[in-house]
Amino acid sequence: MKRSIWQLPRARMAAFSVFARNFLVWRKLIGPAIVLNFGEPVIYLLGLGIGLGALVGDIGGLPYLVFLASGIVASSAMISVSFEGMYSVYTRMVPQKTFDAIMATPLDIDDIILGETLWAAFKGLLSAVAILIVAALLGAVPGGWMALWALPVVFLLGLAFAGPAIVMTAIADNYDFFNYYFVLVVTPMFMLSGVFFPIETLPDWMQTAVLVLPLTHAIEVIRPLIVGEPVEHLLAHLAVLAGFAVVAYYLAVALVRRRLWN
Amino acid sequence: MTLPDPPSARSQTTAAPVVRARGLVKCFGALRAVDAVDFDIPAGRCFGFLGPNGAGKTTTLKMLMGLADFDAGELSVLGHALPAEARAIRARVGLVPQGDNLDPDFTVRENLFMYARFFGLSRSEVASRVDALLEFANLTHKAEARVDQLSGGMQRRLTIARALVNDPEVVILDEPTSGLDPQVRHVIWGRLAELRARGVTLVLTTHYMEEAERLCDELVVMDHGRILDQGSPGELIARHVEPDVIELRGAVSDGVFATLTSMALRVERHGTAVYVYTGAPGPILDFLGQPDGLTVIHRRAGLEDVFLHLTGRDLRE
Repeated sequence: MKRSIWQLPRARMAAFSVFARNFLVWRKLIGPAIVLNFGEPVIYLLGLGIGLGALVGDIGGLPYLVFLASGIVASSAMISVSFEGMYSVYTRMVPQKTFDAIMATPLDIDDIILGETLWAAFKGLLSAVAILIVAALLGAVPGGWMALWALPVVFLLGLAFAGPAIVMTAIADNYDFFNYYFVLVVTPMFMLSGVFFPIETLPDWMQTAVLVLPLTHAIEVIRPLIVGEPVEHLLAHLAVLAGFAVVAYYLAVALVRRRLWN
Repeated sequence: MTLPDPPSARSQTTAAPVVRARGLVKCFGALRAVDAVDFDIPAGRCFGFLGPNGAGKTTTLKMLMGLADFDAGELSVLGHALPAEARAIRARVGLVPQGDNLDPDFTVRENLFMYARFFGLSRSEVASRVDALLEFANLTHKAEARVDQLSGGMQRRLTIARALVNDPEVVILDEPTSGLDPQVRHVIWGRLAELRARGVTLVLTTHYMEEAERLCDELVVMDHGRILDQGSPGELIARHVEPDVIELRGAVSDGVFATLTSMALRVERHGTAVYVYTGAPGPILDFLGQPDGLTVIHRRAGLEDVFLHLTGRDLRE
């Protein structure tokens, strides 16, 4: 009679109806979404890449703009996914009660969270695509068409970040709670995972420490693909991202069940 | 009305009950919100759960949908056992929740199409049903409006239409007309009566006695998680209260109170009012005459009297 929140989630096609719902809403608000997706990277790449780049010169044989663009493709996906998984999912779950409405249909929480996870990862992919386009126009994608291989990795990165964000949503009492995650998790990764400078410049112990961060592994794969260099330890990096994605999805489903089942 | 008949009307079966509950228990910590209740809901009827706040009504409805677990007992809906077959049940049931949870980012029509999609129904499959539902809810002229441009009554009607998008055999309504003005309430009652006439089983909670009396073929009165009694409104009135009530508002002296007690079957004083329950109101009204400073109201006994008799007059807070 009692369901266990730890029961393994089942993946069903029904999740795509949740994805479709979010996509249809996003399409209605596409204007502001495009301004955000293209506007931000243009400012970052011009301001930091060209302005700061003039002072920094080359990093590891790469012009700073190229180094930075390949990092921002990954970090911007992370931030975009985190916003979607927290603020947007919370809005649908709590004030808007969209989840309650969907739960009165044959869909279960497994389906809803899978749909939300895929959607959040897709939003991350969109922001990465926007940056790649801007970077290419600025001549910062020396890898050429090979850089497109970065996109599936970005999607995997998105899955790895969607789960933790939804976990935070499941335990949040209000929007302010997300500040903890941004300050303690997102911002340190943004600064330390190799977006702005190579992790080799960190002290030894920190270089080891940042290996637990999924963004580090994502950038280790995405940067060489964009730059056109061979990727080292490809499978290990992908395995770390996939591990985060699977474990966090499971935790997200369990904690949302705990919150919404009664 | 152009809605297709639901399956239950197409094959008029009265055999098995639509909902069967035996020894159903639901606890929240130490509180037994639903305390070993048994009930059967027959097909094609309107079945009501009546009770004060906190009686366990909403919890019971959530259990029917597989949205809340239960701690003991057996529960089946449309022949499917809960909780194992909740998805199969929800595919054939419509829910009108207590608070509207329409999608604010979509128009009225898009809300219906999107909800159909959660049932695995494509746009083309439900196109004609969506048009019929818009008409049913008097929302055809608002089909392209956003939800936040609708009045409360329109939102409620859309929520009811949305609950019908999967052509359900059972519609569960939690306080369907709470907070609505009388005009809207009457329109909704009319629509629910139409559904029932087409063979849809309605299950509702309410604390509006008038609503229960008008709509329900059968109801249970719940309090503190238990079922106090069950029957048609008429049966419950006949069983628990005398046919006539004389209500006295104002100061009733102890002498008058004593005389009334000797003349009537039952006399109760609550606050500043005295309620006289009787089968023979004539002599009592003659005795009272036209007293100064007292308002005398003579009426037929109703469900409200049954409700107050069974659940008491204490405030529930």
